[in-house]
Amino acid sequence: MMLDFFDLYNYWVVIFLMMAGFYTLIAYDNLIKKIIGLNIFQSAVFMLYISVGKVSGGSEPIAADNIELYSNPLPHVLILTAIVVGVATTALGLALTIRIKEAYGTINENDIVQMNRDAEAEKAQEWGRE
Amino acid sequence: MSMHLPALQVIIPLLLAAVIFLFNNARIAYIVSVAASWLCLAIAIQLLLLVNDGSVIEYAFGGWEPPWGIAYNVDQLNAFVLVIVSGIAAIMFPFSWRSIQAEIPASLHVLFYTALLLCLAGLLGMTITGDAFNFFVLLEISSLATYTLISLGKDRRSLSAAFQYLIMGTIGGTFILLGVGLLYTLTGTLNMADLAERIGPLQASRTLQAAFAFLVVGIGLKLAMFPLHLWLPGAYATAPSVVSAFLAATATKVAVYALLRFMFGVFGADFAYGEMHVELMLVSLALVSVLFASLIALLQRGVKRMLAYSSLAQIGYMLLGIGLANVSGLTATLLHLFNHALMKGVLFLALAMVFYRTGGSSMRHMSGLGRQMPWTMAAFVVGGLSLIGVPLTVGFISKWYLILASIERGWWPVTAVILVASLIAVMYIWRVVEVAYFKERPADLPTVSEAPLSLLLPTWTLVAANIYFGINASVTTGIAQNVAQTLLGGVQ
Amino acid sequence: MIPLDQLLPLAVFVPLLGAVGIWLFGYAPNIREGATLLTSLVLLLVVGGLLPAVLAGERPTWLLVEMLPGLELKFVLEPLGMLFAGVAALLWPVASLYSIGYMRGNNEQHQTRFYLFFAIAIAASMGIAFAGNLITLFVFYEILTLSTYPLVTHKGNADALKAGRVYMGILLATSVGLLLPAIIWTWQVAGTTDFAAGGIIADKLGGPMLTVLGFLFIYGIGKAALMPMQRWLPAAMVAPTPVSALLHAVAVVKAGVFSVVKVVVYILGVDTLAAAPGIEWLLYIAGFTIVAASTIALRQDNLKRRLAYSTISQLSYVIMAAMILAPISIVGAALHIVAHAFGKITLFFAAGAIYTAAHKTKVSELNGIGHRMPWTMGAFTIGALSMIGVPPAVGFISKWYILMGAFQAEQRVAVAVIILSTLLNAAYFMPIIYAAFFKAPAPGDQQVHGEAPLPIVLALSVTAAATLILFLFPEVPFALAQAIGVQP
Repeated sequence: MMLDFFDLYNYWVVIFLMMAGFYTLIAYDNLIKKIIGLNIFQSAVFMLYISVGKVSGGSEPIAADNIELYSNPLPHVLILTAIVVGVATTALGLALTIRIKEAYGTINENDIVQMNRDAEAEKAQEWGRE
Repeated sequence: MSMHLPALQVIIPLLLAAVIFLFNNARIAYIVSVAASWLCLAIAIQLLLLVNDGSVIEYAFGGWEPPWGIAYNVDQLNAFVLVIVSGIAAIMFPFSWRSIQAEIPASLHVLFYTALLLCLAGLLGMTITGDAFNFFVLLEISSLATYTLISLGKDRRSLSAAFQYLIMGTIGGTFILLGVGLLYTLTGTLNMADLAERIGPLQASRTLQAAFAFLVVGIGLKLAMFPLHLWLPGAYATAPSVVSAFLAATATKVAVYALLRFMFGVFGADFAYGEMHVELMLVSLALVSVLFASLIALLQRGVKRMLAYSSLAQIGYMLLGIGLANVSGLTATLLHLFNHALMKGVLFLALAMVFYRTGGSSMRHMSGLGRQMPWTMAAFVVGGLSLIGVPLTVGFISKWYLILASIERGWWPVTAVILVASLIAVMYIWRVVEVAYFKERPADLPTVSEAPLSLLLPTWTLVAANIYFGINASVTTGIAQNVAQTLLGGVQ
Repeated sequence: MIPLDQLLPLAVFVPLLGAVGIWLFGYAPNIREGATLLTSLVLLLVVGGLLPAVLAGERPTWLLVEMLPGLELKFVLEPLGMLFAGVAALLWPVASLYSIGYMRGNNEQHQTRFYLFFAIAIAASMGIAFAGNLITLFVFYEILTLSTYPLVTHKGNADALKAGRVYMGILLATSVGLLLPAIIWTWQVAGTTDFAAGGIIADKLGGPMLTVLGFLFIYGIGKAALMPMQRWLPAAMVAPTPVSALLHAVAVVKAGVFSVVKVVVYILGVDTLAAAPGIEWLLYIAGFTIVAASTIALRQDNLKRRLAYSTISQLSYVIMAAMILAPISIVGAALHIVAHAFGKITLFFAAGAIYTAAHKTKVSELNGIGHRMPWTMGAFTIGALSMIGVPPAVGFISKWYILMGAFQAEQRVAVAVIILSTLLNAAYFMPIIYAAFFKAPAPGDQQVHGEAPLPIVLALSVTAAATLILFLFPEVPFALAQAIGVQP
C-alpha cells in the first residue's frame, strides 16, 4: 500500500502543486499573486507531462550506440509549446495588470470590484430607475 | 491548390496577421483583414461542398502522416462550423472599420486587426484540427487574442473583465491540457481518430474518466457552461461593440463544437452517455442556465449585458440539445450553433450602430430611437424576434427541434422550461422595443441620424440570413440531421 | 384567367403588395388611401374568383417552400377557409372606407403605419384561412399577432402601451406556450401536420392524452378568448375603432375561432375527439364563458367595452358549437363566424360613429341620440338583433343550427346556455336601443352634432344591410359550411 503511494509520487507532487496554485489563485486579491498562482497551476500540468515521458531505465532520447531503451521525447516537445503559451499568457496578464493599475490606481481585485459597483450605482442614481 | 485547402483555412489568417502587423498601416490592415475573412469563407464553403456527401478530407500537415504528424480532418460537422465562423467574420470584419473609429484609439487599430485575425485563425484552427494537442495550442491562440480584444473596450471595466477572463480561460485551457495529457498517457497518441480507436477497448478506466471530466470542465469554461460562466457577461458587456458581436457569434459556438468533437469524436457516444451519464449533468445545468440567465437578463439596464445573459441562456439550449441525447436534440444543438450566430450577430451589430451614433448602449441611450434610427431598430426587432423564436426566423427552427426532442424523450418539464424561457425572452426583448418606439428621447441626449450604410449593409445581410434560413431551413437542417445521426452512431 | 392554384397565394400576396404601396405613398394621403381601397377590392376579386371552385369541390394546393424536411409551408383551398377568407375580404373594403372617415375625422397620428399594418394583418388572415397544415397556420397566426401590435398601441400613450403588453403577453404566451408544443406533439405522433377530413390523430393517441392535446390546442389559440384567456380583448379597446373592428370582426378573433374549428375538424377529428375522456369540460368552459362574459357585459357602461365582452361570449358560441361535436353544430359554428363578423362590425362602426360625431363613449350618454344619428342607430339595432339571434338578422340562422346540434347530441347544458345567453344578450343590447330612440336627452347635453362623416355612415349601412341580406340569402355560406370536413 505504502509502496503504491510512493510509486506514483510524481502524481502526488503534481496534485500538490496544482492545488497550491489553485489556492493562490482563489485566495489572494492581488492580481500579481493571482498570476503567480496561475503559473504554479500550469507548471504542475507541465510536470505531469514531463514525468510521464520518462521510461524506467530509459536513457535520454539521443540516438547512440548500445542503447535500446529511450525515454519518450514527445511529451517534452509538447510541453515546450505549452510553456511558450504559458509565457505569453503571463505576459498578457502582467500587461493587463499594468493597465489596470493605471486605470484604477490599484491592483487589488476587491477594490476594483467595489469601484465598478460604485460606478454602476452612481449611473443608476443619475438616471433614475427606468 | 485545392488539396491544401484545409491548411490554407488556418494559415491565411495566421500569416496575414503577422503581415499587417509588419505593415503597420491601419487602412491596409483593414483591407487585408476583410480580404482574409472573405477568402476564409470561400475556402470554408468549398470544403463544406467537398464533404457534404459524408466523406472526410484528411490532410497531413507538412506531409507527416498521422498519427505522427499533425492531421487536419474535415468532415461535415466541422466544415459546417467553419462556414459559420468564417461567414460571421466575413460580415463583421467590413463592419468593424467605422465601428472601431468611435471606440478604439487610432494608434491601436493595427493591433486590433492583428488580434482579430489571430482570433479568427485560432477559432478556425480549433475547428479544423484533428490533433488533440494542436487543438489546445490553437485554443490558446484564439483565447489570448480574445483577452486582448476585450481589453480594448472604452470603459475601464473592460480591463478587469479581460483579466478575469484571462484567469478563468487559462484555467480552462490548463484543464484541457491535463485531459489531453491523460489521454496521451493512456493511449500514446494525440490524433483524434487514432484516440477514438484506442479508447474503444478501455471503457472502465479511471484515468479515462478523469480525462473526460477534465476536458468537459475545461471546454465548459470556454463555452460558459453554468456555473463556469462568470467571465462572460462582463467580457461581452464591456468589450468594443464589434468584438462583442464577433465573440458572441463565434467563440462559444466553437467551444460547443469542441465539446461535441471530444464527446463523440474521441470518447464516443457510448462512453459519454453510457459510462459517464453526461446527459444528466448537461440537462440539469442547461435547465438552470436557461431559466436563470433569462431571468437575470430581464433585470439588466445595459442592453449589451442583457444580451450577454441571453447568450448564456442560448448556450443552455445548445447543451440541452446534447443532453437530450437523441437525433432531434443534437440536430437542435447544431442548428442553434448556426442560428444563434445569426441572431446574436444581428442584435450585437444593431447595438454597435446605436453605440456608434449615441455613444452608449443602455436602455436610456436607446429610448426614442425607433424614429431616429429606423433601420437600426428594425434590425434589432428582427434579431429579437428570432431570439424569441417567432416563425419565419431562424430562432423558430431551433426551438422546433428542441421541443420536438424533449417531447420525443417524454421529458415534459424540459419542454415547459424551454417555453417559459422563450416567454421571458419576449419580455426582455420587448422592454427594449417599448423604450425605443414609445419613449421620448431624453432631452439631454442629442438627436441622432440613421447609421451609415457601411454599417447597415453588413447588419442587414445578417437580417436577411435570419429570415432566409428561417423560411428555407431545409439545407441547414439537412446537414444538422446528417451530422447528428453520424455523431450518435449506433446509440439507441 | 389565372390558374386556380396560383390564385390561392395571390390572396396572401395582394395585401402584402398593397402594404408596400401604402408604405411608398405614405407622403400622399390620397394616393395611399386609394392604394388601400384598390388593394382591398382586388383582394375581393381574387377571393371571389376562388369561390366557384371550392363550391365545385375543387381543392387546389400551392406549395410555398419546404421549411424543414417533411414540413412545408403550403396553402390549400377548402370550404371553412373560404368562408373565413370571404368574410375578411368582404369586410376589408368596408373597413377601409370606414377607416378613412374615422382616421381623418379624428385627426389620428401615424396614419401610414396604421394602413400598412392593417394590410399586413389582412395578409396574415388570408394565410391563416388558406393554410394547408398546422405549421402554416401557426406561422400566419403569429404574424397576425405581431402585425396587430402596432395597431393596438396606435395611440402610443401609457394606456396603449399597457394594453399592448397584455395583448402581446397573452397571445404570445398562449401560442408559444401551448399551441406550439401541441403542434409539435401532433407532428411527432402523426408524422404530419396536414389538415385532413376526419382528423389525423385517429387512434395514434388515445385516452387522457388526447384530452390534454385538445386542451393545449383550444387554450393555445388565445385569439379565441376562451376564459380565462380573454383579458387581452377588453384591454385592446384603447385602440382606435377601426382597429377594434379589425380585431373583433375582420381578422383576429375570427382567426382564433376559425383555428379552433379547423383543428377540431381537420386535426383532432370530431369522432376521435368524442371518445376522449373529459373532453366535454371544454364545452362546459365555453358555456361558462358565454354566460359569464354576457353578465359582465351587462355591467359595462363604456360602449366599446360592452361590445368587447359581447364578443367574448359570441366567440365561445363558436367554440361550444364545435365542442358539441355533432356535424350539424359544426355547420352552426362556421355560420356563426360569418354572422358574428357582420353583426359585430356594424356595432363597432356605430360605436366609432358616435365617438366621431358626438365624442361619446358611454352607454349612459346615449339618450335620444337616435334622432340625431338615425342611420347609425338603425344599423346598430340591426347588429344588435343579429347578436341576440332574432330574425331577420343572420345571427338567427347560426344560432338555430347550433341549437339543433345541441339537441341532436343531447347536450342539455348547451341548450340551457343558449337560452340563458339569448336573454342576457337582449338585456344588454335592448336598453341601448330603447334609450337611443325613446328616451329624452339629458338636460346638459349639447346635441350640436349630426350624423357621422359620409364614409362612416356608408360603411355601417353596408354591413347592416349585409346582415339582413345574409339572412334572406344564406345559400352560399350555408353550402360552404355544409362542405366542411366532407371529402369532396
